Amino acid sequence: MTTTSGSTGRAVPENATHAVGPEVASPPPLLQLRGIAKHFGAVEALKHVDLDVPAGQVTALIGDNGAGKSTLIKAVAGIYPPSSGEIFWEGQRVTLHSPRAAEELGIATVYQDLALCDNLDIVQNMYLGHEATKHGTLDEITMELETRRVLTELSVFTVRSVRQLVGSLSGGQRQAIAVARAVMHESKLVIMDEPTAALGVTQTAQVLELITRLASRGIAVLVISHNLNDVFTVADRIAVMYLGTLVECGPIANYDTTRAVELITTGAGARVEG
Amino acid sequence: MTSPEQTVTEKRAESATAQGVIGSLWGKVRSGEASLLPILFGLAVLVAYFQVRNSVFLSAGNLTNLFVQATIFILLAMAETWLLLLGEIDLSVGYVAALGATTAVILLDAQFHWPWYLALLAAIAVTTAIGLLQGLIIIKLRLPSFIVTLAGLLGWEGVLIFFVDRQGTGGTIPVQEKVLYDLVNGNLSPLATWIFTAASLAIFCWSILRKDQSRRASGLEAVPFVVTLMKVAALVIAGIVLVLIFNTNRGTFTVLRGMPYAIPVDFVMLTVGGFILTRTKAGRYIYAIGGNPEAARRAGVNVDRYRLLAFTLTGVTAGVAGLIYASRLGGISDGVDGGNLVLLAVASAVIGGTSLFGGRGKIIHAVIGGMVIASIYNGMALINMSAATQFIATALVLLVAVAMDSVARRSTASR
Ligand SMILES: Nc1ncnc2c1ncn2[C@@H]1O[C@H](COP(=O)(O)OP(=O)(O)O)[C@@H](O)[C@H]1O
Ligand SMILES: [Mg+2]
Repeated sequence: MTTTSGSTGRAVPENATHAVGPEVASPPPLLQLRGIAKHFGAVEALKHVDLDVPAGQVTALIGDNGAGKSTLIKAVAGIYPPSSGEIFWEGQRVTLHSPRAAEELGIATVYQDLALCDNLDIVQNMYLGHEATKHGTLDEITMELETRRVLTELSVFTVRSVRQLVGSLSGGQRQAIAVARAVMHESKLVIMDEPTAALGVTQTAQVLELITRLASRGIAVLVISHNLNDVFTVADRIAVMYLGTLVECGPIANYDTTRAVELITTGAGARVEG
Repeated sequence: MTSPEQTVTEKRAESATAQGVIGSLWGKVRSGEASLLPILFGLAVLVAYFQVRNSVFLSAGNLTNLFVQATIFILLAMAETWLLLLGEIDLSVGYVAALGATTAVILLDAQFHWPWYLALLAAIAVTTAIGLLQGLIIIKLRLPSFIVTLAGLLGWEGVLIFFVDRQGTGGTIPVQEKVLYDLVNGNLSPLATWIFTAASLAIFCWSILRKDQSRRASGLEAVPFVVTLMKVAALVIAGIVLVLIFNTNRGTFTVLRGMPYAIPVDFVMLTVGGFILTRTKAGRYIYAIGGNPEAARRAGVNVDRYRLLAFTLTGVTAGVAGLIYASRLGGISDGVDGGNLVLLAVASAVIGGTSLFGGRGKIIHAVIGGMVIASIYNGMALINMSAATQFIATALVLLVAVAMDSVARRSTASR
């Protein structure tokens, strides 16, 4: 485990997940997916997926290309409403028709194809869709101060100026902006699709550190990754998808790389029945 | 924990020197962030050339004429800017403007005799409705704006010819009402010219100073105070020079002085347009959609609503442009070349620095670009160049502008 010092926020929920059996007192996981299915015409991208995402922990979603990982998170983010199935948020049944609906619950998503506007600066991107206003006009000062505060607080990277166009940033910096954007809006769940796929070694380390920091603040993190090294570095829980189904899910301590690879490549359904 | 904060502070200190400002300027020019500089330089070269060839060019009379000539290009380019920012285009804007003007002149004639303000409002209402309608078709049916407004280019010309010819005044409806006629042909008194300019300068300078002041007060990176002062001084000098030009007697038989009403019209449109684009959420979203519509959608922006707003604003602006057009020509005819107008409108916006690819541009670009186009036409006529040369020169300027647009786009895209 990579749990760093002073991460009191994550210790409690971690114990909670180890507890087995009916527990009246413990709150339900932040997000619960039940029987989620999604069809694209004849393609069945998701078939009956059940998944719990607890607060204060990093849940890694792994699986081969085309397993349905991106489709699953897009269902949670309100991009592709599921064909069937139920989504529970803090125990309540919710429907997520639009990105806005998901956002209002506190779900922030950092997409594989980064959803940033290259022609806008860092501050403008951080606040896109949530602009601070004063007397009906944009309050640039507040937005700039707050952006600087958040970037400093996450202390992951440095930029020349927060008024720099996002189009002029490096891949790692863009990823960090996308993550910081998610954090700033007081999200309870941050979803990241392949956050380190396009990054070099140093930048990857920075983003992983950022992920750990989010979880230690009590935020639930759901991260998709192809890189098992990364997964075993940051994840508290692991969820494996295979051809549109969720084959296994559990604390990372129950897995090693060999077992994970086996699940990814074969689906190894035997354990699921048991 | 302190290291990023320190870095930010150091960088702020560095860029606060005048040298840092100039150094970063070149980078901005190349990436298209400071797109005004090259074109202002180009305009200065044009002006110098024409002045050397014919000293009438910089006379008060000709300059005033030039400003008035530019107004129609400026306003149509502003109309186009709303859509160019989205990566869309409106090919019909020339005929839509003319149709608005037709509405006004018909409602003002002996038959209807509407009060001028209602007739002018009706003209703008018509163009706004057309903008809205075209926007709805484009958005709801998911059709390319290029095609729908190409249909508009043909269709609205038909409607224009129908209404103009139905008047039975020989294919032209003259402007006989004083206010509409004066829009271009009337002038503020010299005193009013001073007052208007001083008031505009005061508002602009106050907003520049206030912005810098509040940034500094909040501990944010701001340009050095000297630079702000230089900006303000440049504006004041430009304003005074303009007043002196407009207030010089340019009449031959009678005294003719003062700022043509068309200039305050430009100014109001510039200020309102600039305000919407830089100070409101709507403006921010127009840029965002032009840069990355999917990102805007995922950020929760109602993309269709703001696209529709842009089409509507194009309609409003086209309405104002049409009134200026009718006033300048003293009427509206069934032979209006709306196709040529729209080409010059797009050319003006792009020459000024607005990108054809969406997401980058300003309302002020329409002003600069319109001035460049008007200078070419005005200057070439003064030095007796043929129409053929005028067309070719405009084409070359447009090519250069588009090439610069493309370079700027690539330099930001490639990071
Ligand atoms: N918009 C779409 N339209 C049609 N099929 C899609 C769409 N998005 C994903 N799919 C299909 O769904 C399956 C799962 O894709 P995806 O969720 O992207 O997988 P992953 O992210 O795990 O690689 C694939 O077979 C893919 O082709
Ligand atoms: Mg994927």
